[in-house]
This record gives sequence, C-alpha cells and structure tokens, in this order.
Amino acid sequence: MSRVTSIASNTFREAVRDRVLYNLIAFALLMMGASLLVGQISLGVERNVVINLGLTAVSLFGLVIAVFIGIGLVSKEIEKKTLYTILSRPVRRWEFILGKFGGLVATLVVNTFFMAIGIFAAVLYLARHFQKADAYLLVALYFIILQFVMITALALLFSSFSSPLLSAVFAFALFIIGTFAQDLRGFAALTHGAARWIATAAAYVVPNFAALNIISSVAHGQPVAGSLVLYNSLYALLYSAAAVAGAMLIFEHRNLK
Amino acid sequence: MRPSRRITAVLAAVLVVCLTAAVLTVTHADRARPVSTLEEVLYVPSPAIIKRMSLGYTGLMADIYWTRAVQYFGSKHVLHSRQYKLLAPLLEITTQLDPQLVPAYEFGSIFLTQPPPDGAGDPDAAIRLVQYGIQQNPNDWHLYYDLGFIFYLDKKDYPAAAKAFAQGAKVPDAHPFLKVLAARMAERGGETQTARLLWTTTYETTTDRNIKSNAISHLRALDVDEVVPRLEGVIRQYKQRSGQLPQSWVDLIRAGYLPGVPLDPVGHPYKLAAGGRVEVAVPDDLPFITQGLPPSMQASEKPKL
Repeated sequence: MSRVTSIASNTFREAVRDRVLYNLIAFALLMMGASLLVGQISLGVERNVVINLGLTAVSLFGLVIAVFIGIGLVSKEIEKKTLYTILSRPVRRWEFILGKFGGLVATLVVNTFFMAIGIFAAVLYLARHFQKADAYLLVALYFIILQFVMITALALLFSSFSSPLLSAVFAFALFIIGTFAQDLRGFAALTHGAARWIATAAAYVVPNFAALNIISSVAHGQPVAGSLVLYNSLYALLYSAAAVAGAMLIFEHRNLK
Repeated sequence: MRPSRRITAVLAAVLVVCLTAAVLTVTHADRARPVSTLEEVLYVPSPAIIKRMSLGYTGLMADIYWTRAVQYFGSKHVLHSRQYKLLAPLLEITTQLDPQLVPAYEFGSIFLTQPPPDGAGDPDAAIRLVQYGIQQNPNDWHLYYDLGFIFYLDKKDYPAAAKAFAQGAKVPDAHPFLKVLAARMAERGGETQTARLLWTTTYETTTDRNIKSNAISHLRALDVDEVVPRLEGVIRQYKQRSGQLPQSWVDLIRAGYLPGVPLDPVGHPYKLAAGGRVEVAVPDDLPFITQGLPPSMQASEKPKL
C-alpha cells in the first residue's frame, strides 16, 4: 500500500509543479468578477449566478484538468522513460496505475477545496450571511468530485491503450455522451427487439453524469435526498473501480518494450 | 544567457504600442461597418436544443439568458422602443432552462405587461409565462399573486383575478392578504382602492428594490389620478360661485376651498393651467399617470384599475 501512496504523492507533487493549481487564480478572478458585476447587469439572481457560475467553473476546470493530466499519466512516464525505472523496483503495474489515479484524484480534491472556499466567500459577500440551504452546496461539490473520479478513471483507461490525443477525444466525448444519459435511455425505450437490448445496454454502460449534476437545484436551495447521495456515491465508486480495473488489466498485458 | 534590458524595454514598448494601436483600429473598423442587426436575432430559438447544448449546466445557461433578457429590455426601454420582439422568446428559453428561476417570472411578467414604451404590452404572453411558472412551482404564492395582478390590472378580468388570488391563498405559507384580495375581487373589482391595496401589498411583500420602486411609482400615479380630478372639481365650484377661474392657488386658499398649495406625491406644487386644468409640474417624475399631463404629452396607456 505504501508503494501506491508514494506514487500517488509523487503524482500530486508533479501536478503542483506543473502549475496545475494556477487555475485557481483564474477561478478567483471569475468569482470576484461575478460577485461585483452580476448585480449590475441582471435582476434578482445574484446569489443564483454566483452559485451556478462557481459550481459550473469548478466542474469544467476540474474536467479539463482530469482529462489533460489523466491522459498523460501513463504516456508521459513512458515518453520520459521514467516508467522503466519505477517498474524495475518492486512496484507492480497495477500499483502504478492505482497510485497515479489516487494522485490525480487528490490533486482535484485539493483544487476543489480551494474553489469551494472561493464560492462560499462570494456567497457570503453577496448575502452577508449564510443560510441553511447553503449546506447543499457541499453536496453539489461532493457530486462534482465524484464526476472527477469517474472522468479520471476513464482518462486513465483510455490512456492505457491509446495515444494522448485520442484519449482526450474519447474522454471528452464520453463526458458529453454521459450528460445525455437520461435521453439515451429514453431513446432505447423507443426501440424494439434486439435493438432495444443493445441500445439499453449502451445507454447503461456510458457514465451517467446527468445524475451527478445538481448545480441548478442547489442554486435554488432545494434539498438533496440522502438516498441520492448514497446511490450516486455507490455508482461513482463502482463505475470508477470498473474503469480503473480495466486500465490495470490493459496495462498489465501491455508490451512496454 | 540573460536577456538584455534594452531588448526587454523595446519589446515591452512594441507590445504596448501595437496593442493600443490595434484597439484604436478596431474601434474605427466598428464605426465604418454598417449598424449590426444582430441584436434582434436569436441564433438558437429552441429551448429544447439550448438545454441539450448546455451539457447539463442549465442553471448557468438560464442565468445567462435571463441576464440577456434584462439587458434586451433595458436597452429597448432606454430607447423608448415600442417593439420588444425577442422579450417573450428570451423569457421562454430562460424559464424552460431553469423552471425554478422565480425572478424571471416575476420581473418578466412586468416587462411583458407594461404597455409600450414601458414594456412589450403583451399581457397574454405574461399570463402564459406566469401560468407556466405556477405549473413548475405550485407552492410559490407570489406567482398566483402576479397572475391575479395581471388579470386584474391589465386584462380587467376580475373573476379570473379572484380565482388566481383564491388559489394562491391555499398555498402553504401564503400571504394572508391573498384571501382579502380574492374577496375584494369578487365583490368590487375595478375600484381604485383595490388597485391601491394591490400595489401596497406588492410594496410590502417584495424584498427587491426594483419592484418596490415600481410599486411606489404606481401608488404615486394612483394619487395623482385621484387628486387632479378632485382639484379640477374644486376649480369648477370656484368658477360657479365667483364667475371666473382662479388666477392662482392663493385665490382658492383665500376662498376656503383649499388649506394650502396642493403638492404632488414627489413634493412639487401642482400647476394651475389655462382653462381650469390642473397639471403636474414635472411629468417625467411621475410615470404611469393618466391625469394632470400637459396637452402635449400622451397619457400613459397603463391602466390604473
């Protein structure tokens, strides 16, 4: 386990060294701009905009980081030949993949933590006080982290057998398809016979990012059901585990010579 | 190798100069181009397509469209435009993207109902908007209040207004005044006093300063519309008794008709105009008035009752 932790902490340090956390500056500027300007150009939706903009930015910034760092986790090590040094030590290939995955997820969690501080500061600046419904923002942020975990796992899976460019394309495409998960199920229900089975299977295999997006409802202070938190957590965990297992499986059998 | 200071200074100067020149050039280019008509274009008019394109971030997209609707209304309003072609579609897109965005129904219905140039003058579109809002947010009593308000003030459909207020009164935590309004609608629809009660309720129940300010303007207009005919009646009485029109308010005060110089709701003295007419001193300070306007000014089309 310590080997996995070491790889994870190195991945985190590498991400920090690669100035990944610089996106926090852009995020801070975005939140400050939104807090100051929205009241002047819109009507009655100041808090809504800060929450919607803040959470959407957290989600999109994180998505870009997850994909672009995720696709390079394996290929960069191969390109720099550092992978051979690592694997020549008593490190199993699956441990390497798991460590890389953990390191990037940790980077994203830290990034999200600082962004969350920015969102709460902007809400406090606008409303002058917190209300009970603001606690649901934490649930929305948790769901966004679950999205990152799934996307990181998928990026890692694609990068384990494909080029970085194609991996990025696959990961972004799957993210877009995943936001239409409910529609895909609807389309599948309209088909008949074998096509229905295939379409339904395809609709359930793609990640369901729609269920993890509750930004709009928490912006209105609507409560989040405990069962949704439980099922989303389980779903993200299981889906990511499957994707990481797939990545490990492919990497275990990959010819690195 | 360290870059020389001279090169750094020269490059920095080139950067600043070129950027400034580029900005100046593009402003000239903008002036040289024919006036764009893009403002009146909705690239994607379908709310369903926009919803799909937003990739699940519908809340932010709705905020953007709502801000666009506000900006569109504001820019048209400033120009005293009589056409608000994109207002209803923008509001439809906004509310379909985020059906819980209550300010879009509340402000949007005001924008749509107010007659040109104060708004689109389309109360039917406003009714459709608020009815959709009620369908999506059945537990928000403000929306029933807004619906009853439009039926009462703009459509003068008192039974429909009474029904809307009565339905709103059944919503948990509804303002108790809705019951009173429903009863008044059923009994005496069309009274100035009822209109005053409606605007007073609006003023007292909203936390938004724009709605408060709009309610104050309407309450002031109701005052003027009540006071001006009363003053003109006093002038007619004076003429009947003395055989001539008063030269100033002082004549009426001396004759015991008035206790002092009458002031309009913003504090200006009313003007005694030719022919025994009464006018407000600064009509622009009192939007929505239908009485006391100089003959050169068109009366607002806003119904008062």
